[in-house]
Amino acid sequence: MTATTLAIGQPTDRVDGRHKVTGGAHYSADVLLVGMTYAVMVGARVPSGRITHIDTDEAMQAGGVLAVLTHENLPGAAAQPPLIPSLAGMPAPGQTFFPLQDEVVHYTGQPVALVVADSLERAQHAAALIRVSYQEMPAVTTLDQGRDDAYEPEAIFAGFVPGRTERGDVEAGLAEADVLVDATYSFAANNHNPIEPSATTAAWDGDQLTLYDATQGVTATQLTVAALLGLTPSKVRVISHYVGGSFGCKAMIWAHPALAALAARHVGRPVKLSLTREQMFTSVGHREEQEQRVTLGADKKGRLLALRHHKLSPTSHFDDWAEPSLGVASQIYACPNYEGVYRLIRANTMTPTFMRAPGEASGMFALESTMDDLAHELGIDPIELRLRNYTDTDPTTGNPWSSTGLRVCYERGAERFGWHRRDPEPRSHRDGNWLIGYGMATAGYPVYGPNNPQRARARLYSDGTAVVQAATPDFGTGVATVMTQVAADALGLPFERCRFEGGDTTLPTIAAAVGSSGAGMISAAVHTAATNLRDQLIAQATADSQSPLHGADPGTVTVRDGRMMLRDAPETGESYGDLLHRNFLPDVEAAGSWSPSAESTRYGMTTFGAQFAEVAVDPDLGLARVRRMVGAFAPGRVLNPKTARSQLMGGMLWGLGQALLEANYMDPRRGRWVASSLGDYLVPVNADAPEVDIELIDVEDAFVNPLGVKGVGEVGQVGAAAAIANAIHHATGRRIRKLPITIEDLL
Amino acid sequence: MRPISYSRATAVADAVATVVADPTSDFLAGGTTEVDLLRQNVLLPRRLVDINDLPLTQIEDRPDGGLYIGALARMSEVADAAGVQERFPMVAQALVLGASAQLRHMASMGGNMMQRVRCGYFRDATSPCNKRDPGSGCSALEGFNRGHAVLGVSEHCIATHPSDVAVPLMALDARVHTEGPHGRQVYPIDDFFLLPGETPHLEHPLEHGELVVGIEVPGLPMARTSMYMKVRDRESYEFALASVAAAVTVEDGAISDVRLALGGVATKPWRARRAEEMLHGAPADTESFRRAAREELAAARTTPLNAFKAELAQRTMVRVLETLTHPERQS
Repeated sequence: MTATTLAIGQPTDRVDGRHKVTGGAHYSADVLLVGMTYAVMVGARVPSGRITHIDTDEAMQAGGVLAVLTHENLPGAAAQPPLIPSLAGMPAPGQTFFPLQDEVVHYTGQPVALVVADSLERAQHAAALIRVSYQEMPAVTTLDQGRDDAYEPEAIFAGFVPGRTERGDVEAGLAEADVLVDATYSFAANNHNPIEPSATTAAWDGDQLTLYDATQGVTATQLTVAALLGLTPSKVRVISHYVGGSFGCKAMIWAHPALAALAARHVGRPVKLSLTREQMFTSVGHREEQEQRVTLGADKKGRLLALRHHKLSPTSHFDDWAEPSLGVASQIYACPNYEGVYRLIRANTMTPTFMRAPGEASGMFALESTMDDLAHELGIDPIELRLRNYTDTDPTTGNPWSSTGLRVCYERGAERFGWHRRDPEPRSHRDGNWLIGYGMATAGYPVYGPNNPQRARARLYSDGTAVVQAATPDFGTGVATVMTQVAADALGLPFERCRFEGGDTTLPTIAAAVGSSGAGMISAAVHTAATNLRDQLIAQATADSQSPLHGADPGTVTVRDGRMMLRDAPETGESYGDLLHRNFLPDVEAAGSWSPSAESTRYGMTTFGAQFAEVAVDPDLGLARVRRMVGAFAPGRVLNPKTARSQLMGGMLWGLGQALLEANYMDPRRGRWVASSLGDYLVPVNADAPEVDIELIDVEDAFVNPLGVKGVGEVGQVGAAAAIANAIHHATGRRIRKLPITIEDLL
Repeated sequence: MRPISYSRATAVADAVATVVADPTSDFLAGGTTEVDLLRQNVLLPRRLVDINDLPLTQIEDRPDGGLYIGALARMSEVADAAGVQERFPMVAQALVLGASAQLRHMASMGGNMMQRVRCGYFRDATSPCNKRDPGSGCSALEGFNRGHAVLGVSEHCIATHPSDVAVPLMALDARVHTEGPHGRQVYPIDDFFLLPGETPHLEHPLEHGELVVGIEVPGLPMARTSMYMKVRDRESYEFALASVAAAVTVEDGAISDVRLALGGVATKPWRARRAEEMLHGAPADTESFRRAAREELAAARTTPLNAFKAELAQRTMVRVLETLTHPERQS
């Protein structure tokens, strides 16, 4: 990269790529400390009931065992903080229930004992020797079991989303419509399954606690554990340099970090608590089983007059949680009359949680499948139908979009995909035994802003290198790479002379990088800090009588390749290094803080895209195989097209998994998930992954954040499953209204 | 994990003697399933005798055009062997469609014959399961049984036999060779796998300490154009919902010889003898194939969740027979 090329926008390789592929990257469970001990969680075997007895004698006598903790001897939690999404920057427990406090069992897998031993194997063995007796009570674990007892909550999603939203008069709109489409969709529960299971290593030094935790937000872990243990946050340091994926299961803070801390305090040695793959199905939330009903009313030209969207789903006994499936689906099209209602069922499960486009992915599947029906019924091309319902304003507020690009996404996606080759008649394309279908759908994902200031720090050394710091971990998205790019441009330094440090609560505070907001909010903080540092250095030079820039107006000074110079007379200037050396400054540092502007509240902020899929269906064998996917997305400024493309591609393949593979079911008799391994819970493998073609559509956004970054983390999934289902309909003439779509649905 | 003593044997007789002497012991080959089940506390041996050093890795061509495959030949080695690919393509295909590349490099052929079922209730170590805990009941009968068997089931067990390669071996009338406390035994493969009946915990007619040492595949010229088809939700790394191994000879438009076996739908690798009988001498057309497939699945006992597998198995049989007899029509 030459000094004149800006770092932002370059497809830069990951700065930590070599570390990761050579095993040099240390994850939370890789941490080795002197005197390390190992904890194993024992989960409840019943979904509902009371523990009548726990026999720990045999376990206590097993070799190497240091402690067996149960509700009978574990110290109580100091306080249970409320459930608030971690983006808000506050304590963020995944559920308002902390285990091992009493004898009541609320869900299968709820921790009922914790064994600590001097090796992992000895802890596992002792855990198998614990005998728990239960008095079982009736349980509800499925939507069907609780259907008749559903209730309408005042609010869901930690109070951030109302249970019911209305605009206009939906009944009148439906009555007025020329065409009605009314359809009900069912969705299996999903589990995140990142390849790195959640893990925490806890170590005390006096009253100072250090946690190495696999998390999307070190501050979220810090504040949550501090609240649960009754500590001041400054006594809790959380370190998380590398995280092996999350998909949302590390977005909130579950019980295990606090349990590891309590166990470490109990045994007086560091404790490592790593969840097993099986425990990943019962310890870190899930995407809930759900049912959605969509009723669309339109005129003969396909313009929407009314949209009714109802959702029914089980939640825990502790929290009114549903993923906000009705959100983007209520904003994406112009529609004067709307009614969205969430209904919940109390069930013996954990509180569900964020998972890969939480709500957007399921809600847009339902809406976009129904839109496809409407297009088919009216004989309108599916893209044309969507263009007829395009909106320049957010229908929920009437505010204009901060930026869109949606029309271009349709246009460019259709062109790359070859949409014009589609004969609208179902079953019209064939390739040997395979029926071929083309489908499309709209994608949209909110641009979430943080609730509080996001901070970063930038430091320039006299050797002309810089380090920028912020507390965020990199959970695989490429944050460390793109923030180095952001810092390089703001400081006027080559990329190679900048470095990013994160993943530690001793660094400036950043909220958890969730909701596709990481790149936007962290780049805002880093850009602000680095710009402050550059301005400070320029001011120092122009005030320095020995500088060639002395007396110049700082506004006329620019920096390139580490050299400050007059914009109109570049021969006049000096390097950062010269300035620092002359003044005996080993380094110069500046902080930066950013909050969303008040102005931004006057805009609707959503990242748009268009999804296309070609699917082959073998109708005799019930096989559906995705042959091609094309996505066009307008995510604002793209900081690094390589990592952005990887995220969008990953998102589209999540959509493939959502469409055809990913499912978990409760066995209602036993109140347990039927899948608890990656052999039973299917995610796409390489053989399932088709050619994925992505186009990034340029849109400038002056309102979301300083660099105009709208985010690429999850929009890639939204609409992908609908595009696949719509392609299946086109291939076969059959509309499948359940996810995943499996062989028995297509036979 | 539970404490386990571990030793490595270098001679078959020693391995057998060690396991025979200790009723709580077991052989350990590739370990790709067994170690999982140890960790899950489904299998509870106190001693493991590692047999990976035994000289049982041969893949030999036999004068009759057949094969002898040592029990410790790895799945990937067998799939790559020229004699297997040329003379028994359905065996090579079944191997390559099984598991993942990593697992195939570890897993042995003998272990594949001995692998345990994938039923979630068997593998969770806590649900009632007649296979794991005889007499405790079958949780799958009224549980989540989408992947469970429809043929060869009993009211005590409906777990599907998971092997792919055992399906073409069944079609080929392979023989399983063992060494045990009473010397060498040879089992026709159909006898080597037991139906669950009232004793689902008994999966093979083997004594404790009897070790699979090899698999003999008799020569069969028609197997040169055989095929194995596997239908599943995911393209790779998943067990079959239905699979078919077949070889067929057509003379003057009529079927003169046919071998047919099913996987993924039965409690053991399933030789489709009824279908074979119906196909002998029948015209090689879709109608014959459908009739034969229907006849084979007539005995299917299904649940609401797995009923589709009876239909899927029939359609897969028809597809395989059509592909073998009319390759020009397929894509």
